[in-house]
Amino acid sequence: MIYMDHSATSPVDPAVFEAMKPYFVDEFGNASTLYSLGRDARKAMENGRAQVASLIGAKNEEIIFTAGGTESDNIAIKGTAYRLKDKGNHIITSAIEHPAVDETCKYLEKKGFEVTFLPVYQEGIVKVSDLEDAITDKTILITIMHANNEIGTIQPISEIGKIAREKGIYFHTDAVQTVGKIPVNVEELSVDMLSLSAHKLYGPKGIGALYVKKGVRLEPLIHGGGHEKGLRPGTENIAGIVGLGKACELAQKDLSEDAKYITDLRDKLIDGVLNSVKESYLNGHRTKRLPNNVNLRFTSIEGESLVLHLDSKGIAASTGSACSSKKLEPSHVLMAIGLEEVDAHGSLRLTLGKENTKEDIELAIKSIKEAVETLRKLSPLWCEVPDT
Amino acid sequence: MYSDKVMEHFQNPRNVGDIEDADGVGTVGNPVCGDLMTIYIKVKDDVIEDIKFKTFGCGAAIATSSMVTEMAMGKTLEEALAITRDDVADELEGLPPVKMHCSNLAADALHAAIDNYRENKTKIKDICSACEEE
Repeated sequence: MIYMDHSATSPVDPAVFEAMKPYFVDEFGNASTLYSLGRDARKAMENGRAQVASLIGAKNEEIIFTAGGTESDNIAIKGTAYRLKDKGNHIITSAIEHPAVDETCKYLEKKGFEVTFLPVYQEGIVKVSDLEDAITDKTILITIMHANNEIGTIQPISEIGKIAREKGIYFHTDAVQTVGKIPVNVEELSVDMLSLSAHKLYGPKGIGALYVKKGVRLEPLIHGGGHEKGLRPGTENIAGIVGLGKACELAQKDLSEDAKYITDLRDKLIDGVLNSVKESYLNGHRTKRLPNNVNLRFTSIEGESLVLHLDSKGIAASTGSACSSKKLEPSHVLMAIGLEEVDAHGSLRLTLGKENTKEDIELAIKSIKEAVETLRKLSPLWCEVPDT
Repeated sequence: MYSDKVMEHFQNPRNVGDIEDADGVGTVGNPVCGDLMTIYIKVKDDVIEDIKFKTFGCGAAIATSSMVTEMAMGKTLEEALAITRDDVADELEGLPPVKMHCSNLAADALHAAIDNYRENKTKIKDICSACEEE
């Protein structure tokens, strides 16, 4: 199988798995205990914290371990809203956030907060001037993703961060798709909070982190034994933390080389498909996008059947078509960049990883061309326009 | 999430295409919703002697279209009208619950094609009787 769905999840790097192994059976200690087994667990945890902090340019004590990106987003957004509700009730986000942010903001809307969803226009990028216009004296939080999980567009986070800092408004970014793929530095981005997740960067599922800048105070969502500064109580997932830490260490070492390699594959894939498949289009910005993200659309066919055909050819990919979603609604991201529903149905997302090769890309281009042609032969919407 | 039978019909759909001089054509669905299917029938002595389809849609939409053409081929119009959405789903060894409503339109397209055939036939009769009156 050729795996091209790395924005859904990535395989655990064998070195990450090796690092985690001792922490299940032998080094099983609880990091809160006093004896050596517990102290060793604590050391492993603090080593992991340092590895995460180092990758994103944070201080060790600014890293809170969580169960993943969704949990980090919830702690940051609701934690800010509840903490600052007496100061204001306005939150600014974008129209293309991951559901972990989008649904959390909509939940807060129901609880009486006001939320502005900034438009992203055809290229899938927010305008800083729109953000400036949206800020009121009631604005307590700006939460805008670093890069989009579907179309890969990268948002002007450092510009937004400067504005937020000038105005004294907390700024959170969901960086689940960027950490490990492009350089992420919390100082350069001027963020107060940043979410990341291990399984998107060759680490295990079920572990993530929230960067909380020193001095930022959040209301805890769950209560317990005071772990992770009281923001995420519960006995720590040591094996997961070790895995996340190792994944961050590897990412820091290999990032620039991997990004260059994967960007090259991405561009070959985009050009290859656009040049060989009629009426195929790229969704999102051509260059301001993640090194590994390709999001295409094809007229007159539906994405779920395209993904199934590619699966039968050994390629794992995904789609923003409503027909593949639990809610049977087209992707809110594709709708936000102005696509018609019928076009949103025909989308295909391929997200590459470091184990993909040039041969994989060539096979993917060929398979996509074949699958699209097969489905168009079936489609009552497709009229072959003869080449002139 | 799909049964082996659904996948088999999806991978190797039967009776794909259109019939240029079809006796009846039925289209149901809406591309906005992600499913659109057209069924073409050729009728002789009240029997469906040929049937073809074209479908834009998900795996379930394509598989149900293929299946309904296989079920209706060679059947009388009355027999074909008795084929229900549930019959199609059963023949495919079931569909995911979420697909039962939105993508299981093939029986409707078949019925629409038969209705269209009967309307055409009535129209021809009307024209003929109009000629006789003159």
